[in-house]
Amino acid sequence: MKFVDFVSSKAICTDVGSEGKESVIRTMVSALRKVDKIAEDQHDSIVEAILKREELGSTGIGRGVAVPHTKHPSVNELVSAVAVSKEGVDFDSLDGEKVHLLFLLISPPDRPGDHLRALENISRQLRDDTFCSFLKQCKEPKEVWQLLEEADNNQFVS
Amino acid sequence: MPVVRKTVVVSNPQGLHARPAELFSRLALQFEADIEVIRDDLRIDAKSILNVLTLGAAQGATLVIEARGADAEKAIDALERLVVSDFKVGDFNTDELKIDETLSQESSG
Repeated sequence: MKFVDFVSSKAICTDVGSEGKESVIRTMVSALRKVDKIAEDQHDSIVEAILKREELGSTGIGRGVAVPHTKHPSVNELVSAVAVSKEGVDFDSLDGEKVHLLFLLISPPDRPGDHLRALENISRQLRDDTFCSFLKQCKEPKEVWQLLEEADNNQFVS
Repeated sequence: MPVVRKTVVVSNPQGLHARPAELFSRLALQFEADIEVIRDDLRIDAKSILNVLTLGAAQGATLVIEARGADAEKAIDALERLVVSDFKVGDFNTDELKIDETLSQESSG
């Protein structure tokens, strides 16, 4: 599964600050709502579900990357927003590092395979230091999108 | 230095997604042994969630766990038990993973 298959190009936030985990998650879900990837009346329910999942254990997977997510019956396909934080967000990651790159995933409950393949793609690509570093430097959503497309074309993973 | 290897099959329907990957890495971190997981031509460090997620292990995936170090055998046994339990150990409470007093070393990494 490629980034362009699940990331919404119009739900990329590069201006998230260090205002905290919950706030960043809200910003990302709102970005998906603004481009109609999720229904307006489901916004709060989705934010709540993602925060509840974080209580179970942080989705900070190391290397400054987090994958906040939830299954939600209101979506028909996997949708995803991306955020870049220059300052870093406190995320209680296992390695203790602040999070700079976030991939928020909302998937239909009956499609665990898609969710797993998205996680696989994100983690494989982000193992590359160059890709990680370039993403963190992005100031504009279009720069992020370009990098994701380049990654999809195997520019970073040999 | 002991080297131990064991093959396990992922049986939980959701596969090795974020939460199981975290539990797996957290447990691996409690051992001194170097632990790697092999799936097909991929060989990764078990102590990194990010790396474990690269396995993309869905239900039915076969994984080989390999440990090198003094506590290699204990590590392999514990990790195997976690996978076989469908990651249901202690209802996802990682404290419950410390099923053996020798696993009491805190994960600081």
